[in-house]
Amino acid sequence: MASGTAINPIEQFELSRWVPIHVFGRDFSFTNASFYMLLSVALISFVMIVGSRQRALVPGRLQGMAEMAHDFVADMLQSTTGKEGMRFFPFVFCLFMFILFANVISLVPYTFSVTAQIIITVIMSLTVFFLVIIFGIAKNGVHFFKLFVPPGVPIYILPLVVAIEIISFFSRPVSHSVRLFANMLAGHITLQVFGAFVLLLLGGGFWAAIAPLPFVMTLAMLALELLVAFLQAYVFAMLTCMYLNDALHPGH
Amino acid sequence: MATETTSEVHHEGGHEAFPPFDAQHYPSQIFWFVVAFAILYVLMSRIALPRVGEIKKKRSDTIANELDQAQKLQAQADAAGAAYEKTLADAKARAQSVAQDMHAKLAAETASKRHELEADLNQRLAAAEAQIKDTKEKAMSNVGTIARDAAAAIVQHLTGRPADVNAIARAQSEGGGRS
Repeated sequence: MASGTAINPIEQFELSRWVPIHVFGRDFSFTNASFYMLLSVALISFVMIVGSRQRALVPGRLQGMAEMAHDFVADMLQSTTGKEGMRFFPFVFCLFMFILFANVISLVPYTFSVTAQIIITVIMSLTVFFLVIIFGIAKNGVHFFKLFVPPGVPIYILPLVVAIEIISFFSRPVSHSVRLFANMLAGHITLQVFGAFVLLLLGGGFWAAIAPLPFVMTLAMLALELLVAFLQAYVFAMLTCMYLNDALHPGH
Repeated sequence: MATETTSEVHHEGGHEAFPPFDAQHYPSQIFWFVVAFAILYVLMSRIALPRVGEIKKKRSDTIANELDQAQKLQAQADAAGAAYEKTLADAKARAQSVAQDMHAKLAAETASKRHELEADLNQRLAAAEAQIKDTKEKAMSNVGTIARDAAAAIVQHLTGRPADVNAIARAQSEGGGRS
C-alpha cells in the first residue's frame, strides 16, 4: 500500500497480468489471482498428501490436520446426504478446502483474495447448480421435478407454491455465490479502510495520538475475518451438501 | 505494485470498472480456476483422500482387533479364575473330609483302646477280687485249724489227756454258728 498517496480500498481486488498469455484472441494471462489459486492448491496438497504420507496409527500434527479436514467434510456430507452422497465427497472436500485456504491466505497483508472475485464464486456455485440438475435428472428421471412440488400442499395454492419453489431453485446459484463473494469483499474493504485510517491519523500531527484506536479495531476485525473465512467456507460446503441432497432425494 | 498494467488497460478501455466486475479478466480467471481446481481434484481424489481413508480404516480395524483380543483374553482370565475357584473349593472340601475321616478314625481308635483297657482292667480287677476271696477263704480255713489246734492244746493242758478232736470240731462249728 503506497503511503502518502490516497489509499484506495478497491485497489486490492485488481488483477495484474504477471505472464501475459493470449490464445485465439482470448486473454488467458497468468495473473496474481491465478498465482493465489495455485498457491491454495499447493498448500492443501501439502497438508493432505505430505500429512498422510506416513500413514501413522497415532497421527502427528500434519496428519492430524489432514484427518481432521477429511472427517469434518465427510461428517458434514454424510449427515446431510447419507451414504449415497459420499460419491461427491472429493468434490465437496475440494470446494471446502479451496475456499477455506483462499479465504485464510487472503487475510495475510499484501496477498490477494481469490474468493472476493465474483467470477470465481459464480463458477463454483454454477458447477454445483448444474451438477445437481444433471445428476438429479440422471438418477431420478422425472421424479427429480418433485423437488418443485412439496407434498401435502392444497391444490388451489399449489401453482403459487410451485412457482415460488422454481424461483427459489434458480436463485440458488446467485445467493450461493454472492454470499461468499460479498462477505470476503466487505471484510477486505473494511480491513483496508481501518488500516488506512491508522495511517491517516499518524500523518495528521496532533491526531496521531488516537491512531491506536483504529489499529486495535483492525486487529479485532482481523479476528472476526478469520472466523468469517472459516464460516463462509463451511456455509458454502454445507449448502452444496444440501443441494446435492436434493439431487439424491428429491422427494423431500 | 504491478497493478499499473491493468489500470492502463482500464483507461484505454475508457471505463473504470469495479475490479471484480471487470469482464476483461473473466477468461483468464475461469481458465486458471479450472486448471487449479482440476489439479486439486485429481490430487485429492486419487492420492490424498484414499490415503486418509485407508489410515482411518487401518486404525478402526486395529482398534476393533485389539478390543476383540482383549475380550478374548478377558474371557480366558475369567475361565481361569473360575477354574481356580473350583479347584480351591474342591481342595477345601477334600481337606475337610480328610480331617473329618481322621477325626472319626482317631476317635474310634481311642474308643477301642479305652474299651480294651477297661476290659483288661475289669479282668484284672475280677482276678484280684477272686484271689482276695481265695486268700480270705484259705485264711479262714487256716483260722479253723489253728483254733482247733489251740483248743486241743488248751484242753490237753487243762485235762492232761489228748482232746477229743471230734468234740472240738463240733464245738467249733456250734461256736462258729453262734458267733
